[in-house]
Amino acid sequence: MTGSGRAKPGGRRQFLVDTARVACGVGLLGLGMGLYARHAKALPPAAIRPPGALAESEFSAACIRCGMCVRDCPYDILHLAKPEEPMSTGTPYFVARQAPCEMCEDIPCIKACPTGALDHGLTDINKSKMGLAVLVDQETCLNFLGMRCDICYRVCPVIDKAITLDPQTNERTGHHTLFIPVVHSDHCTGCGKCEKACPTEVASIKVFPLYMAKGQLSAHYRLGWIEKEKAGGSLVAPEVEHQYNMPEGMKYEHGKGLSTVPPGEAPGGATGLPKALQGDKL
Amino acid sequence: MSKSELRPGAEAVLEKGWLAAHKWLLLRRTSQVGIMLLFLVGPWFGWWIVKGNLAYSYTLGVLPLADPYVLLQSLAAGQVPEKLALIGVAIVLAFYLVVGGRSFCSWVCPVNMVTDLAAWLRARLGIKGSAHVSRSVRYWILGATFVVGALTGTIAWEMLNPVSMLHRGLIFGMGLAWAVILAIFLFDLFVMRHGWCGHFCPVGAFYSLIGKLSLTRVRLPNREACNDCMDCFAVCPEQQVIRPALKAVGGTGPVILEANCTNCGRCIDVCSKDVFRFGLRAGNNDSTLGGVAGAASK
Repeated sequence: MTGSGRAKPGGRRQFLVDTARVACGVGLLGLGMGLYARHAKALPPAAIRPPGALAESEFSAACIRCGMCVRDCPYDILHLAKPEEPMSTGTPYFVARQAPCEMCEDIPCIKACPTGALDHGLTDINKSKMGLAVLVDQETCLNFLGMRCDICYRVCPVIDKAITLDPQTNERTGHHTLFIPVVHSDHCTGCGKCEKACPTEVASIKVFPLYMAKGQLSAHYRLGWIEKEKAGGSLVAPEVEHQYNMPEGMKYEHGKGLSTVPPGEAPGGATGLPKALQGDKL
Repeated sequence: MSKSELRPGAEAVLEKGWLAAHKWLLLRRTSQVGIMLLFLVGPWFGWWIVKGNLAYSYTLGVLPLADPYVLLQSLAAGQVPEKLALIGVAIVLAFYLVVGGRSFCSWVCPVNMVTDLAAWLRARLGIKGSAHVSRSVRYWILGATFVVGALTGTIAWEMLNPVSMLHRGLIFGMGLAWAVILAIFLFDLFVMRHGWCGHFCPVGAFYSLIGKLSLTRVRLPNREACNDCMDCFAVCPEQQVIRPALKAVGGTGPVILEANCTNCGRCIDVCSKDVFRFGLRAGNNDSTLGGVAGAASK
């Protein structure tokens, strides 16, 4: 023990020195521990958390590294991070290119979690947000090259919602269609099946943790067409029917083009005056 | 005397026979290895008796066990666990309140086998000299794990904790955890006697807090028979706990009440005079009350 208990001259001094020594040593250790913990908070791009995982900042407070999710995963896709791996030691992850989440309907990994690091409130696997698929390389994606690979689209468990094939003109041939795979973040669960199945040597579509894959508009942005839909109509002054200033006896209708006005139908009557000078519309 | 200093327990072997002089050591190793095997037969052979690890485990689909220390850190970082984990914590707390807080260290913890080996080798190789650090450092580290955890909002200590690293590593894959364990082994062997478990480990420090109240203790019903051979001091990983009870320092009764006694029982093994035995903590002022032998099998 320290000299604290000894009744000798300088005992108090010794006690203070010893206490300071221990406090400094442990303080340094604590500092190192804290820096390491902060540094390990960022998830490497290839590591995807199991379904229902809390946001990374909360996850590292809630996960006690027991490995119950690893054990109860029927497809054995989950690993616990080893000390040398660039993430929080002992926490669970999977690598989509090796083995993606099979999206079990009963989500056994969540049920196994004793701490809520995997959110027990998530009961519909289709609502999980493990990550987000991103078509990272348009230069190697076979569909972008004009082929009908379509594999990512076909294997997607949320087919036609999370990934759609959007037709575009193939400018190279001039008379073919490109079927462009487009990922929709509101439906993509981040299971990684597309990345696993992508046939290019290095996957052209990859799943990333949400913080890497998803952009965000500034809070003050409003999308006019959405606001209009919400309001049930235009938000600015009511729309006025456009009027064209045409020569006498002619009219123009959108979509129909120019036509002559039969006599008697001319707006403002057949006074012979130019249209602009007629009536009270001035 | 010099002979027994070289080989603590030699006298006890002569007196009681080898088996009786290693009884608690053998039981302890059986417990440590047995618990490890319970966790390992799942991944090895697919016999899922126990899932998980020392942080949290689920036995036969009925018994949840959870480490109160790691869940307290999680709480400090701002997370409340699910029901099963809370039940697990209650069971574990109750268990160690009965068998002795730091019984975890000597009967369950896998790092103990590493540091015991280092201590044994250190004695056999006659390595003298040891860095001096206060044994209370572990409580400072224990405090620091909570402070850092709360400040960073993470279970910071679990990223470094060699105890969970080794146990998890054996079950789920070691990675470089072996290097951490090797470092602890070499530190204990060359730098500091009983360095890790006896001075630094905050897991042990936490369980010693439970040990302040726990029921099962080493009693000394026969302390008058002590012949000062020092064998118990030589084998004890927490030597400071023996003297008050053995020498009745300040009128201390014949019970080791020090929270850091790990209930390893080696003192019982190596004493040729049968001074020690396992018993309960009650009646520590009356030396005529005998202990309840074998009350703490595990």
